[in-house]
Amino acid sequence: MGGTLNLNHLLFLGHGALWTIGLSVIALIGGGAAGFLIALCRVSPSRLLRILAATYVQLIQGTPLLVIMFLSFFGLAAIGLNISPLLAAGASMTIFVAAYLGEIWRGCIEAVPKPQWEAAEGLALSRSQRMVKVILPQAIRIATPPTVGFMVQIIKNTSLASVVGFVELTRSGQIINNSLFEPFLIYSIIALVYFSLCYPLSRLSRRLERTALQKKPALA
Amino acid sequence: MGLELDFSVVLDRWQSLLDGAALTLELAFIAVICGALIGALGAIGRRGGNVLIARLCGAYVEGIRNTPLLVQIFLVYFGLSSLGLKFSAFTVAAVALTINVGAYTTEIMRAGFDSIHKGQIEAAEGLGLSKAQVYWHVVLWPAIERVYPALTSQFVLLMLASSVTSQISAEELTAVANYIQSETYRSFETYIVVALIYVVLSFIMRLGFWLLGLALFPRRRRLGTPL
Repeated sequence: MGGTLNLNHLLFLGHGALWTIGLSVIALIGGGAAGFLIALCRVSPSRLLRILAATYVQLIQGTPLLVIMFLSFFGLAAIGLNISPLLAAGASMTIFVAAYLGEIWRGCIEAVPKPQWEAAEGLALSRSQRMVKVILPQAIRIATPPTVGFMVQIIKNTSLASVVGFVELTRSGQIINNSLFEPFLIYSIIALVYFSLCYPLSRLSRRLERTALQKKPALA
Repeated sequence: MGLELDFSVVLDRWQSLLDGAALTLELAFIAVICGALIGALGAIGRRGGNVLIARLCGAYVEGIRNTPLLVQIFLVYFGLSSLGLKFSAFTVAAVALTINVGAYTTEIMRAGFDSIHKGQIEAAEGLGLSKAQVYWHVVLWPAIERVYPALTSQFVLLMLASSVTSQISAEELTAVANYIQSETYRSFETYIVVALIYVVLSFIMRLGFWLLGLALFPRRRRLGTPL
């Protein structure tokens, strides 16, 4: 117990907030890359790939992120790897984000109107040409609003990295609270910081969604 | 690099794992019931004529949806105790989860209400239905039926998110897992077993909601088409 909230505490919180953003970016890049593969597997002509990807999505979406965090933190340690909190948190977030983004993007690929697939086939494009030149450019447009919306989920879920000792915003708040013991004040500040990170993204996602709705007739 | 898995010490404690799973479902059940009520009221408030109430409901939804559940749980936990109120961890967990899922339900229900066509309401009024009848038969139930899939997946997500309440030592499944792994030093095996239990729980919940949907929406059961 000592003292009141001062500038150093706030700097420490700011440092934690930077790591929250950093971990979110890692999760978005890693999970985005893996999620893209999952989405492609989900619409693949190969039955085996489709089943494998669907099983992965079902398993991860049926498991809490907290348990995934514990699994990668303790699991990799059990194999004998000395794992850092950053690695454990980054790996778990990637695994988690891949399942959700993969499923979102699969929906977006499938939302590209059917005649587009048929027209591309009619023009004798190969399957990969069809994907790259016709389907994906349109799917990306459909995918932007829900992806931005999911970034809010990513930022919020990085708070769970605190349980494996990764010092992001929530963990730095806990550390400060251990010395000041003013939990309500500190967690209110933290909630405000999360809000100011997430709210602009929520707004942006909704705006993108509205403009996409207005443009929709041109697509179909 | 030698990895030896020994699940027997974990599976020997199936009794406490089962208790934890039951508590997880209980938490989810309470939060879903109360959250659905809050959600319906919140959506009505948000669309209603009173600007102040609509603003308040909007602020509630945005505030909850843009902050992490973990921080919300801590705020409720320490907030109640700084008011001098002493509750069990289970109660605090149930309250925090209810507040959380209430906001998401409000937003989903609002989308459902918005999807009801104005002509439907006018037709119902033209048929001489009272205001309450219109609201109940033409607005509320069709809206719920339309957003039912979104609602149920949100509720399954809530069940998974209830694992976070282990951080304030509510004795649900994840807390049981933390306890078992600290006693047996078999952390990897423990969390694998617990992850599988969660997968089974979410499967059970989805099955339950599907059956409930059949019972609640006779129109869909008979015609087999979405509204």
